[in-house]
Amino acid sequence: MTVLAVRALSKAFGGVQAVRQVSFTIAAGELLALIGPNGAGKTTCFNLVNGQLPPDAGEVEFLGESLLGLAPRKIWRRGVGRTFQITATFASMTVRENVQMALLSHHRRLASVFSLARRQHVDEADALLARVHMRDQADRPCAVLAYGDLKRVELAVALAHQPRLLLMDEPTAGMAPAERSDLMQLAADLARGSGIAVLFTEHDMDVVFRHADRIAVLSGGELIANGSPQEVRADAAVREVYLGSYA
Amino acid sequence: MTYSSVLIQFLNGLAGASTLFLVAAGLSLIFGVTRIINFAHGSLYMLGMYVAVWAAEPLGFWWSVPIAALAVAVFGAGVEIALLRRIYGAPELLQLLATFALVLIVKDFTLWQWGPEDMLGPRAPGFSGAVEIAGRPFPEYELFLIGFGPLVLGALWLLLTRTRWGTLVRAATQDREMAGALGVNQKWLFTGVFALGALLAGLGGALQIPREPATLLIDLSVVSDAFVVVVVGGLGSIGGAFVAALLIAEIKAFCIGLGFSQLTLVVEFIVMAVVLVLRPWGLLGRVPAPARGAGGAEPPLEAPSPAAIGALLALCGALALVPALSAGYTLVLLTDVLVFALFAVSLHFIMGPAGLHSFGHAAYFGLGAYGAGLLLVRGGLPMELSLLLGPLAGGLGAVLFGWFCVRLSGVYLAMLTLAFAQIAWSVVFQWDAFTGGSNGLIGIWPAPWLSSKTAYYYVTLALSAGGVALLWRALYSPFGYALRAGRDSPLRADAIGIDVRGLQWAAFSLAGLFAGVAGALYAFSKGSISPESLSVPRSVDGLVMVLLGGIQTLTGPLWGAALFTWLQDAVARGIDYWRAVIGGVVLLLVLAFPQGLTGFLRRRSAA
Repeated sequence: MTVLAVRALSKAFGGVQAVRQVSFTIAAGELLALIGPNGAGKTTCFNLVNGQLPPDAGEVEFLGESLLGLAPRKIWRRGVGRTFQITATFASMTVRENVQMALLSHHRRLASVFSLARRQHVDEADALLARVHMRDQADRPCAVLAYGDLKRVELAVALAHQPRLLLMDEPTAGMAPAERSDLMQLAADLARGSGIAVLFTEHDMDVVFRHADRIAVLSGGELIANGSPQEVRADAAVREVYLGSYA
Repeated sequence: MTYSSVLIQFLNGLAGASTLFLVAAGLSLIFGVTRIINFAHGSLYMLGMYVAVWAAEPLGFWWSVPIAALAVAVFGAGVEIALLRRIYGAPELLQLLATFALVLIVKDFTLWQWGPEDMLGPRAPGFSGAVEIAGRPFPEYELFLIGFGPLVLGALWLLLTRTRWGTLVRAATQDREMAGALGVNQKWLFTGVFALGALLAGLGGALQIPREPATLLIDLSVVSDAFVVVVVGGLGSIGGAFVAALLIAEIKAFCIGLGFSQLTLVVEFIVMAVVLVLRPWGLLGRVPAPARGAGGAEPPLEAPSPAAIGALLALCGALALVPALSAGYTLVLLTDVLVFALFAVSLHFIMGPAGLHSFGHAAYFGLGAYGAGLLLVRGGLPMELSLLLGPLAGGLGAVLFGWFCVRLSGVYLAMLTLAFAQIAWSVVFQWDAFTGGSNGLIGIWPAPWLSSKTAYYYVTLALSAGGVALLWRALYSPFGYALRAGRDSPLRADAIGIDVRGLQWAAFSLAGLFAGVAGALYAFSKGSISPESLSVPRSVDGLVMVLLGGIQTLTGPLWGAALFTWLQDAVARGIDYWRAVIGGVVLLLVLAFPQGLTGFLRRRSAA
């Protein structure tokens, strides 16, 4: 079942065509990696999908409905979770409180003025934290966590709304190589287990080729390949972009 | 309106724009490089006026202008070296507070040196007559000013683009850290820029003396105007300041010309509102680059322990016992403390958890006070009902102004809240027929059963403690947490479906409502109200209370309010120049405890 369908997406900045006629789809439980050399249009493409940038042309369809023109928080309501390249968490709160915030939003209880926030959805938050192996750090302030742990908190926060699509921007950026694969394995297991479609950009090719079901390669704003890791590895156009004409 | 009167009004506007531009350009330059919003910029302007009037008598007008400008520049350099250098690393709010302390000190210095009377300046020799334009006489001096503004703009442009120093200033404006990394000596660059900004302000003031007398009230009105110009033009943009000064001065001139001089302030507000909605960073401003490695995370807001709650309840109990032990003045003072505690807590509610740094919170305090007073005096409502309904005026004012304010953040927000407060003040001040104008309203006394000091003290205690308890409770509710979420990471908050702006607007309105409660209580405790209750100094009182106590603490605003109210009372009764004393105390506190008193004590006890 197709969760996300991107059709003929284009975006120019001034005279620079950052993304040109890009199309791809992601099915439930599938991990699609968006890769490409620096300046290929990965980040632009990613931001067109998550609503941070409006496209010049094209369509972004989530479960058959257009996401274009929706504010990020409305996109989230539809069932799209996100993690950021540089982690974004609530630093003045504990790990559990971060997840509780997402749960309060999920249950539409944010406007409540009299109940005590830290007593809400405690068990649900702890269950989510257990899924990302952060249960034992639930009471620590987010400000003191190791970077890899923050990434896992972000995962738990993203899962709180039971998303159908997860957007991960450079999920392993800033992490030690040994940690990277663990985190991506965790994300992949969670996504496959719950049938969540995942779109991620990534610099670490080890991570990409080990964990992605499919890889979409951008170069000069255009999609030059889209297939399984084996297919992409063998693709002549991809080899040329990455390895030059000596390949 | 005939062709000639249109032309005359247009020229009037141009002349007004010149001085406005000088002040705003200096403010913008200083902010661009040092990232300090110089609240005292209007005070530098005022100093320029006074020095020029004073020097013009022996030396003549044309000598007095450069002398005043240079004197103010030297003063500015001294302030930068002695004070600002020590606080560049401090939180933005404390920097603002320090410059406000300067406002108080400069005001009292001026009062001490030149007395309370307005001082008339001379006319400008050579430009004292009038020329005929389109069949009407037009002052020559205005023509001189019309030419002078663009001249200064040109000179600034040359300085900034054609000199090495100017290149460094522009580099520091764009990326201060990178400029520092490239070996630019920031120390003297900052001093130089501050001196130049002060020079422009002093020059603006000195050039104004043939047009209007030097007065002690000019400082805050000029700095509010300059804030509006800078916000409309875009912070850090000299060209933007020029365009905005022209736009605002022209619109004002035409309002006066068409006989709607009462409208000038509202029009300024409308212009600013429209610009901010369409271009949040001003006409020629750029979206500010996020500061690299900007300050650490805000500390968590610990929930009070049962013991702390017990202590607070005990405090309430003790306060309830005070009338049995003491009467008279203690009760009056404690009533004030309670009123301002609620005011400070309501301000803290948006400043701390929501990160909305309001510099105009007195607007809602004053609107609440006037709401209650007007309902009683003009509406003929019973006192009890006026006390309950009056605060709605504060809440409604906050709903209106807040809608604009939450669209901005940081210093833009601070300036906008200040400008709104100044506008609210001006409306109250000018609307003689309804608000009593500068005299205010009198005869706002409590109902007979509340008329004793003791009875009214209990009412105040109940409402203030109740208000504080409600606001504090809300801080730990999902609503309060969501506010903190929006402050900690707007990006993340948005990505989990939190409507940050909407919640901030609600918080702003709620804080306005409770400030209104404090205002209404205040009105009935004094029996009268004056525009002072929503003036900028009252807003700053609130800021001082919150910052003294420590902004990321829960009970800090209470202690800040108590200390400040007591200090003001003790000092104002004993000393003529109490403003300067308060300013001095605030400066010392800012220099000694950059994290506020409670923050300091907490760290002491943690160490």
